[in-house]
Amino acid sequence: MSEQSLDLSLTTPVKRTWPRVKGVWVLIGLIAVMALMPLVASPYALLLLVPFIGYAIALFGFNLLFGTTGLLSFGHALFLGVGAYTASTLTSKFGILSFELIVLTSAVVSALVAVIIGVLCVRYTRIFFGMLTLAFGMLFHSFLFKFYSVTGGDQGMRVLRPLLLGMEWRGGKTAFLTGPFYYYVLALLALLGVAMWRITQSPFGLHLKAIRENAGKAAYVGVQIFRMRLAAFVISAVYGGIGGTILAVTTGLADPELAYWTHSGNLVFMAVLGGSGTFIGPAVGALAFVLLQDFVMAITQYWRFVMGGVLVLLVIFLPQGLSGAVEMLWSRKGGDK
Amino acid sequence: MTGLVDIVLGGTFHAAILFLVAAGLQLVFGVQKIVNLACGSFYALGAYFGITAVAVAVKFGLPPVLFFPVLILAGLVIGLVGLPIERVLRTVYRRDESYQLLLTFGLLLMFQDVFRFTWGATPRTMDNAYMVYGTAQVMGVQVPTYNLLVIAASIGIALALGLFLQRTKMGRIVRATAENRDMAEGLGVNASKIFALVFTVGCMLGTVGGALVVPSSAASLDMAVELVVEAFAVVVIGGLGSMRGALAGALIVGLMRAASISIMPEMELLSVYLVVVAALILRPAGLFGKVAT
Repeated sequence: MSEQSLDLSLTTPVKRTWPRVKGVWVLIGLIAVMALMPLVASPYALLLLVPFIGYAIALFGFNLLFGTTGLLSFGHALFLGVGAYTASTLTSKFGILSFELIVLTSAVVSALVAVIIGVLCVRYTRIFFGMLTLAFGMLFHSFLFKFYSVTGGDQGMRVLRPLLLGMEWRGGKTAFLTGPFYYYVLALLALLGVAMWRITQSPFGLHLKAIRENAGKAAYVGVQIFRMRLAAFVISAVYGGIGGTILAVTTGLADPELAYWTHSGNLVFMAVLGGSGTFIGPAVGALAFVLLQDFVMAITQYWRFVMGGVLVLLVIFLPQGLSGAVEMLWSRKGGDK
Repeated sequence: MTGLVDIVLGGTFHAAILFLVAAGLQLVFGVQKIVNLACGSFYALGAYFGITAVAVAVKFGLPPVLFFPVLILAGLVIGLVGLPIERVLRTVYRRDESYQLLLTFGLLLMFQDVFRFTWGATPRTMDNAYMVYGTAQVMGVQVPTYNLLVIAASIGIALALGLFLQRTKMGRIVRATAENRDMAEGLGVNASKIFALVFTVGCMLGTVGGALVVPSSAASLDMAVELVVEAFAVVVIGGLGSMRGALAGALIVGLMRAASISIMPEMELLSVYLVVVAALILRPAGLFGKVAT
């Protein structure tokens, strides 16, 4: 888990005396637990887990950019929007219901959009990259919002129930989402999560980390910075698009709020909540965020205040996120022995 | 012709407000190197507080004609919330930008519910104060005199800010701190105090902007998040950290919006972002920005 640790805030690296658990094993464990969830959890809990899976996929992509490459995108919700609207256009306008086809199209469309935006954005880093991506995100949002005839404006567009593996699924919406769809997207999460693990461990992933640590030195030893950053941007967009497709199928609606900049902010929130310095952190953050938001929304209408407060405290006191905290606890324990 | 004058006047009014908020954003970025997403919250705070302040003042027998200075005063007073907020931000000055953005994002979320709690979820308007000053004829177009007052006030504030930064000793110290904090501290500048001062002034610019806009439009919960992106557009076009950039950017965004509202309404915001993207491609550092890397 420590290979990617991003020491943005700690001046001294944490000593790690406990055996290293590879992020991919944590992921596999998480997926195994989730596969057993339908046996014990209530349909309500399962309905929360489906959007979590969508967010987790999107965040694996987001963190390739943020945690691994060191580029903070504040407009990543754009790609969730692209995925959602691809799903709604295909199902309600063209009558294409095959989920495999929808996911593939989302991935391709997201990649195309990302190439165009990425060429313009990845020359910049730090705050400029964040502001540029935010501008593109809002560009897309105002397009979705204002062009009623194409996108349905603030009403959004309906997403019809897709066919999974070419099969039609009967039954209520909840039964569909918590049954076949749940397992389907869980498998997708496993597939894409392991793929992302392979990406971060590959020479390409090493290039990205080198760029994050010191772009100048990386360029000097022959890393093609522009191309590598662009590739990371496109891959993260593909993950975002697929995540957005899942979210849209879950709610049955693609609406412009998905692409709004505060939604991008929530994605960054999730990544930092879980810990962007680790492989599994952002996915854990997505889970924590979804559960926390649901919990707080149930008890008070002022849930934004609570979420904002959590974020402020998190940034000040626990910048390494939940996984960072776990790691620190572990190493403290190890130190006592 | 009248159509054009209409667009220019409407756009300039909007630009006058935008400039105030963007100037606050630029000031804080220039000195503290923090991009403050909560600037939109300050703007909304000024708007809500302005309504309350004028309502209270009228209840105590203030003649309605005097509501304009009351609004400015209300903006300045509530801008003092910048002081405690700066204490919170102090924890992340030397940290990565992503944390600074996230912290101010968290504040933005919190503020939204503070408004909901204090002023309710329905948009609030200021009753019939807008037309107290009547209308004026400008080149054959009727405009509310209030709009002209706001434009004048904004120009006045811009000049005062420029004089403060360029001509006073304190202004020189602020600029020195912006240039190189450590060096300034080495020369005996109390940077913490400067930061607190700058952030509070930046906050006041936002709250005054909000207070001034509220007679012409309602204060709502969404105004904070909506303004943030417009203020961002202004600083990206003008160049991050530059005051002249804020002025130029505000004028471009204000006029662009006014023009598209009357020519092609669905392009209202889209046109602004298209300019942003064009500006970034043609002049990556913004019109008056330094180097963008």
